[in-house]
Amino acid sequence: MLEERQETPEQQHASGGGHAAGHPSPKEYVRIGVILAVLTAIEVAVAYTDISHAILIPTLFFLAIVKFALVVLWFMHLKFDDKRYARFFVIGLSGAAILYLVVLISFRAFS
Amino acid sequence: MADVAVAHGQGEHPETTTGLPHTKLAMWLFLASECLLFGALISTYVLYRGRSVEGPFPHDVFDIPYTSVSAFVLLASSLTMVLALSAAQEGDKGRTRLWLLATAVLGMVFVGGQVYEFTVFYNEGLKLSTNLFGTTFYVLTGFHGVHVTVGILMLLSLVGLSYAERLPADPSFPIEMVGLYWHFVDIVWIVIFTVVYLVPTPNPGAPGA
Repeated sequence: MLEERQETPEQQHASGGGHAAGHPSPKEYVRIGVILAVLTAIEVAVAYTDISHAILIPTLFFLAIVKFALVVLWFMHLKFDDKRYARFFVIGLSGAAILYLVVLISFRAFS
Repeated sequence: MADVAVAHGQGEHPETTTGLPHTKLAMWLFLASECLLFGALISTYVLYRGRSVEGPFPHDVFDIPYTSVSAFVLLASSLTMVLALSAAQEGDKGRTRLWLLATAVLGMVFVGGQVYEFTVFYNEGLKLSTNLFGTTFYVLTGFHGVHVTVGILMLLSLVGLSYAERLPADPSFPIEMVGLYWHFVDIVWIVIFTVVYLVPTPNPGAPGA
């Protein structure tokens, strides 16, 4: 059972599981950091625009989701690490999202 | 080496049934459980949003440019954190300490900013028990601030252990674990910044409400 799951160090390197091998380079980290800063600036600029809430709120949430995904995938390495880590996190995250969405809807928080 | 396995970028760790280091698995499980904690706090804020009958209301006290700078500071700290990990993976002790310290300092700037913001709000009449906005806002952002403070303590501990030469020869694993926690508080702030500060809040006393 264990033998089935474990990879040789060479396989880990090839699959991006190796130490620094699978992780982004400092240059890529800086690039992601700049993208995050630009997205935050866009968020703030959008929040100050005089547009309908029907457009404003989904836009703000879209930008927040993109930023969230960038940090989780690149800075927390879920894009590069073993998929089981991602499964654990996604189960917790989606469980929380579904639970609280149901609670908010049942309390008519959006009406 | 018989009882040691090398798997998925964790350096050396004891052999496990999953082939993954349990510390990292436990950290991800912990972060998943933290989603439930912050989900509850954010949902409570959303549930009571716009239901305060007396001020101060969010638009009376929020200073978006100021909070935006705080958001930039926390994002920058996430960048310095990954740069610390990168330096540790390259075996560069000096740069590792520098980036860890930079991350801790940026965290302190963020927490200091939050303390200042709370003081201003308090002086403007927004206390924990003033209205629903005050209660939900202070509890949500206060819990986040406590998490950032714990992160700062962990970062400073890493720096101290590094100077005391008490970190493993390859310190990237403990740094990565602290980094996961630190990035988590960053992603929570991404959500708080949008939900609490940027999304307009309707209030009975607000113009046009």
